[in-house]
Amino acid sequence: MAVLELRDVGFSYRRNVKPALDGVSFAVEAGRSVGLVGESGAGKTTVLSLLLGLSSPTAGQILFDGAPLDRRDREMMREFRRSVQTVFQDPYSSLDPRQSVGRIIGEPLRSLGIATGADANERVAAALQAVGLPADASRRYPHEFSGGQRQRIAIARAVVARPRILLADEPVSALDVTTRIQIIELLAELGVSEGMTVVMVSHDLGVVAALCEHTVVLQGGRIVEQGDTRDVLGSPADPYTRRLLDSVPRLPV
Amino acid sequence: MSDDTPLLDVRGLRVASRTGAPLVQDVSFTVGTGERLGLIGESGSGKSLTSFAVTGLLPDGLSASGSVVLGGMQVVGARERELVTVRGNIASVVFQEPLTALDPLMRLGKQVAEPLRRHLGLRGAALRDAVHGALDEVRLPDPERIARAYPHEISGGQRQRVAIAAALACRPRLLIADEPTTALDVTVQAEILALIDTLVAERDMALVFVSHDLAVVSRMTDTAVVLRHGRVVERGPMTRLLSAPTDPYTIELVRSARRLDAALEVS
Amino acid sequence: MSAIVDEAAGQSGETRPEETGATRTRRHSVTLTIGLILLGIVVVVAVVSLFWVPFAPGDTSGERLEHPDATHWLGTDKLGRDLLTQLMIGARIALTVGVGSVAIGAVIGITLGLLAAFAAAWLDDTISAALDILIAFPTLLLAMLIVAAQGASLGTAIIAIGLAMSAVVARLTRVLAKRVLSQQYVTAARTSGTGWFGVIGRHILPNIWPTLSVNLALQFGIAVLAEASLSYLGLGAPPPNASWGRLLQEAQGTVAVAPVGAIAPGVALVVLVIGVNLLADGLRDVADPTRKRSR
Repeated sequence: MAVLELRDVGFSYRRNVKPALDGVSFAVEAGRSVGLVGESGAGKTTVLSLLLGLSSPTAGQILFDGAPLDRRDREMMREFRRSVQTVFQDPYSSLDPRQSVGRIIGEPLRSLGIATGADANERVAAALQAVGLPADASRRYPHEFSGGQRQRIAIARAVVARPRILLADEPVSALDVTTRIQIIELLAELGVSEGMTVVMVSHDLGVVAALCEHTVVLQGGRIVEQGDTRDVLGSPADPYTRRLLDSVPRLPV
Repeated sequence: MSDDTPLLDVRGLRVASRTGAPLVQDVSFTVGTGERLGLIGESGSGKSLTSFAVTGLLPDGLSASGSVVLGGMQVVGARERELVTVRGNIASVVFQEPLTALDPLMRLGKQVAEPLRRHLGLRGAALRDAVHGALDEVRLPDPERIARAYPHEISGGQRQRVAIAAALACRPRLLIADEPTTALDVTVQAEILALIDTLVAERDMALVFVSHDLAVVSRMTDTAVVLRHGRVVERGPMTRLLSAPTDPYTIELVRSARRLDAALEVS
Repeated sequence: MSAIVDEAAGQSGETRPEETGATRTRRHSVTLTIGLILLGIVVVVAVVSLFWVPFAPGDTSGERLEHPDATHWLGTDKLGRDLLTQLMIGARIALTVGVGSVAIGAVIGITLGLLAAFAAAWLDDTISAALDILIAFPTLLLAMLIVAAQGASLGTAIIAIGLAMSAVVARLTRVLAKRVLSQQYVTAARTSGTGWFGVIGRHILPNIWPTLSVNLALQFGIAVLAEASLSYLGLGAPPPNASWGRLLQEAQGTVAVAPVGAIAPGVALVVLVIGVNLLADGLRDVADPTRKRSR
């Protein structure tokens, strides 16, 4: 059974305006990483907002563990938040500048009632280690770290609650090329070691190809193609997918 | 100017911050007529600062020293009055953010008209025709409508085309493109790169292309200079840089780029 | 230009653990110290006045308009009352006005501002319009209207000034809160399971406090001056529990003969207002984890 599923989902910001999403259906199965590819205006932000449980679809359903996600159901939302955690795009604005790194990483534990005090500190330390940052980082502040390191902090925050799904919104777009590979590898490794399924939203085909087993291609609020990454990128059926692939600048062999 | 004199001759360029900290150190390169040079670097490498220094566009507080000779004129230490004479007709710049490079409160036609008015002295109907012609050259459909529109009324790719039109309006000898496609969608990026490529070739212009993306730089230029922390760490033909880099940083850069590129080979 | 700024920042902002560790334990600031001293002087004088003043407040035994001498350190006013005594009592009143009106202004203002920041667009627009109308009234005029309606006393003056202040504080809070709300770390907090109250307490308030506190310090000074103006116009608390403003008013007619009568309260006002502003600046510097400290 799929952990998270969008079934014929539609979303309109206002009536009588073209919907941001129309008839979108895809499923996230445990252990099978998913990449959502699209350019601006494709509806990635809207899909993300729905997957984060921050908005509700105006058509169709979002299913969590097979049951429709009800944002007013506190118990369900608590379980949802425990199960789905996120790494955001901008490492410079996704960390509260006035909180220490330790507090930042520990926030999900506090807010979800998972752990407090010494127990929480232990888990924060374990998360820091898992992302390759030194233990003393927890006493420092975000501005003391580089972009790549901040993204590691953001990842630590996302994994500390041991979620089943790790949602990553353009996790490496704001990073240097040399750092990108490191973060992608970290995400892949954590997916295995922590038993998480990674769902990544990105405009960068290369990054999606490197990390995800299943690829969903979005255009103008609709899914134009989805399937095994190997198939979608290797022999794209849809002309838009083909155009997308052809547009990516490639290194000469 | 003889054919041997490079269009742009940078020697020992140094850019320092207000406190004196060096942001760019001892950077040298030359660009001759019709040549294409890439400036490769990641954040903090000084690549953008270098391209700004070349046209005397460094922000307040930053100071440049060394030598930058552009079209026969020394840019370092030159007064604004002198620099204005070379900007637009010897060298032009296209920036990364089309939204901030264009005045949001001015109609696009007026913004393209400005360099034409200043350097070529065009007015009235002749000016209007020249503006439409410039917009047409960057393959914008319906140039009259675009000329009347404001920046926010058109798409990012179209804005970048307008920015290119404004940059090329006075037929500069050198185009400096600083991450011109980084903020654009990948399909639009391909179109804009093709446009720049064509226009530069048609007009036999020189090109300095600044970017962190090795694939893009290799598509647009033949030789490149690799910058790191404000210094040149390696230079040479793109083919050699990609196949046999010598500097450890360049090696890492190429390796990372190849890893991501390889992921797209799924067959 | 952001690319340039980022580049410059990137080059100088790389992690240097040795540096940040050592300097962080050494957080102090000159402005904070001076501010504390100046404010401290006024506070000490005010506290002392609760237990001891040179003369009883209503004592008119002195010669009128005496120059400063051994008995009356600052001289006397036109009714023979000791000026130093009045100055000391005035300190107490100034602090009460400052703290009281800032408390009212802050509580009402911050609450309204947060409400507007979170509200749906129409409610936000309504609140903002109401605030703008309120702000359009000069603080003094507003205070005068309220005081004229309710009668002049220290209490009404404080409430009036506090209400006028709350509009400015609300507008500032709304803008700052909205800015924080648009940051990704707020979205991150919500997806971490933090509820709205948690977001306000843990993320919004700490991040708006630096700017807000400086503004509140400014308001403190404005409040004290506003009350002084009200007193000057005869709308403040009547003597002998007179504020510095009232002292200024009374000294007005006799400033050529006994200048100390006007200079003393004037200097006192300056010391207090500057002290509070410097203190707020200093506190903001010290509390900010991102400010690079120099020895």
